[in-house]
Amino acid sequence: MGPSGKLAENVMHFGRLLRGAGLPVGPDRVLDALDALKIAGVERRDDVYWTLASVFLGRRDQFDLYDQAFRVFWRDPRHAARVRNLPEVRGRIPPASREQELSARLVQALAAQRHAAPAEPAAERIEFDAHLTFSAHEALREIDFESMTNEELAAARDAVARLRLRLPELPTRRHVQDPRGARIDARASLHASLRGGGAIIPLCRRSLGRRAPPLIALADVSGSMSRYTRMFLHFVHAMARDCERVSAFTFGTRLTNITRHLRHRDADAALAQVARAVRDWSGGTRIGACLREFNRNWSRRLHGQGAVVLLISDGLDREGADDLARQMERLHKSCRRLIWLNPLLRYPEFEAKPAGIRAMLPHVDAFLPVHNLQSLEELAATLNSC
Amino acid sequence: MTALPKSIDETLALLRQQDYVAERSLATALFLALKMERPLFLEGEAGVGKTEVAKVVARALGRDLVRLQCYEGLDIAAAVYEWNYQRQMVEIRLAEAGGKTARDELESGIFSRRFLIKRPLLEALDYGSKEPPVLLIDELDRTDEPFEAYLLEVLSDWRVSIPEIGTIRAQRPPIVVITSNRTREIHDAVKRRCLYHWVNYPDAARELEIVRCKAPEAPERLSREVVAFVQKLRSMDLFKLPGVAETIDWCKALTALDAVALDPATVDDTLGVLLKYQDDIAKVRGPEVAALVSQAKAALAA
Repeated sequence: MGPSGKLAENVMHFGRLLRGAGLPVGPDRVLDALDALKIAGVERRDDVYWTLASVFLGRRDQFDLYDQAFRVFWRDPRHAARVRNLPEVRGRIPPASREQELSARLVQALAAQRHAAPAEPAAERIEFDAHLTFSAHEALREIDFESMTNEELAAARDAVARLRLRLPELPTRRHVQDPRGARIDARASLHASLRGGGAIIPLCRRSLGRRAPPLIALADVSGSMSRYTRMFLHFVHAMARDCERVSAFTFGTRLTNITRHLRHRDADAALAQVARAVRDWSGGTRIGACLREFNRNWSRRLHGQGAVVLLISDGLDREGADDLARQMERLHKSCRRLIWLNPLLRYPEFEAKPAGIRAMLPHVDAFLPVHNLQSLEELAATLNSC
Repeated sequence: MTALPKSIDETLALLRQQDYVAERSLATALFLALKMERPLFLEGEAGVGKTEVAKVVARALGRDLVRLQCYEGLDIAAAVYEWNYQRQMVEIRLAEAGGKTARDELESGIFSRRFLIKRPLLEALDYGSKEPPVLLIDELDRTDEPFEAYLLEVLSDWRVSIPEIGTIRAQRPPIVVITSNRTREIHDAVKRRCLYHWVNYPDAARELEIVRCKAPEAPERLSREVVAFVQKLRSMDLFKLPGVAETIDWCKALTALDAVALDPATVDDTLGVLLKYQDDIAKVRGPEVAALVSQAKAALAA
């Protein structure tokens, strides 16, 4: 029996339902699903379940959503609309098509925090440019983010956006043609030879290609850090624009992957999305627990090819330092370079007294301040040479 | 040569014949892959039997197995084809010595199939008069994105173009099994062309069946306790949970040590077979092992 009439229609609606919930289900997959059902048969419910799963799914984390959708849809199609409102749906599925849907409350909240005077941005800009003499810029560079006025913060954000960030390129295992390369490229040599009639064989050479390593940013969003973290996220956004493999996470009491949200070209829009996704903004910190979660769930998927990890945190952990030291050690061992950015370093009399800081310090490659523009510029230089 | 299975039940039976105990969900995906001539994309933790699927299918259907082990920097010369340059150069010299100088003739002579070295992908498409082989693309997550992009063409059109010769096309598509350990996400475009299946850890009953199949020499009581212990262990908060492969290895190791039942001391000594990270071992060793062993025994007694 073939899936025709009602069944085909239902499969199509089921596909649309999954698409509405954020799964990448196109018409091609719906057609595939119909073919598959024709082959597998529709006599057994579990066979239908797994048949559609093998066609519609592409990642394990889509599975829960599929499971819910299947249960709801294939019981009573009138309830299909409910799937969209299930609470789990939002957290797991990329809200790709809902970028514009910023809630008014959030826009207001962000505006209050970061744009004190959004009414006349043009005028402000001109004024700022007029003041941007060398000394003004110098002065701006040294003001602590914590004590900046909103105008100064806006200017600093612009300055960060203008930073050109480059990670040094490292050799990969793949070869590219290179006239000064160390190895002989036999394939290219022979081709060149035949082009000239085969009488002489000019030697073509190749060498290892180069590529920037992946960058992973882990940003502390606890209360004490929030202002630095916001500026740092601008920095990460600029980084994501210039480098190809950048992933970012925030942590406070829980770990949140914000890589997707930072892809938005416009920094403010990107940060607004981040603010919406991160639920533990300005709360407490559980660095150890969050690092453990990162190490267990993400490190093997992201560190793959020698990543550089930027960790921004003040290291003031509410929980025990034993586990924190262990997690830092693992993180350090699984990446190429671990750079810790700590705004507390702005104090000249800073000493590594708190237990959390002492636990983390032995496991980092570089320990840098991150409290003003100058320190961010220095960070860019450090990244360039690691 | 065996014909393709005609139903999901037949697929299950076919796998079972070759001592592979599969979930019905995996059999469904495999059956569809065979019927629809689509690649089967298997993801899952290490040691749950992803690679084994391809080997078993090849054995069961009497097909050749062509394996492409992926690694970083895998390129066309290693994955698809390579010319035999040494022989080509000798050929050029010989042609010169023989006074042949016609350029076109020389070129077509040099770039002929005689000088072509087939690598796994080409081998899987250009199999001559035999039945299409099983192509295993193992650990695809280890390569880089450019190779994935190349694979797209091969997986959708079943052809490889070699500029000097032309396009080589498979008469019938090979049976393709792709595995990934998920050290990075594979691009959706590849997955779209495949049937996806996440291979999970088996439940206790199935795992016991697997152990009986793969380690028949182990005493029945030991197998039961081993499986119960491993199942308990998987519910713990560990960096790397033991896979089925580890269960089988452990069962064999304990049998080799003449154990007939689990006791905490032996478990402590052989924990390295199950857990491969020092942190995990340190966490479980000692009192935790004793507790798990007694829990496992209690679960079996109940």
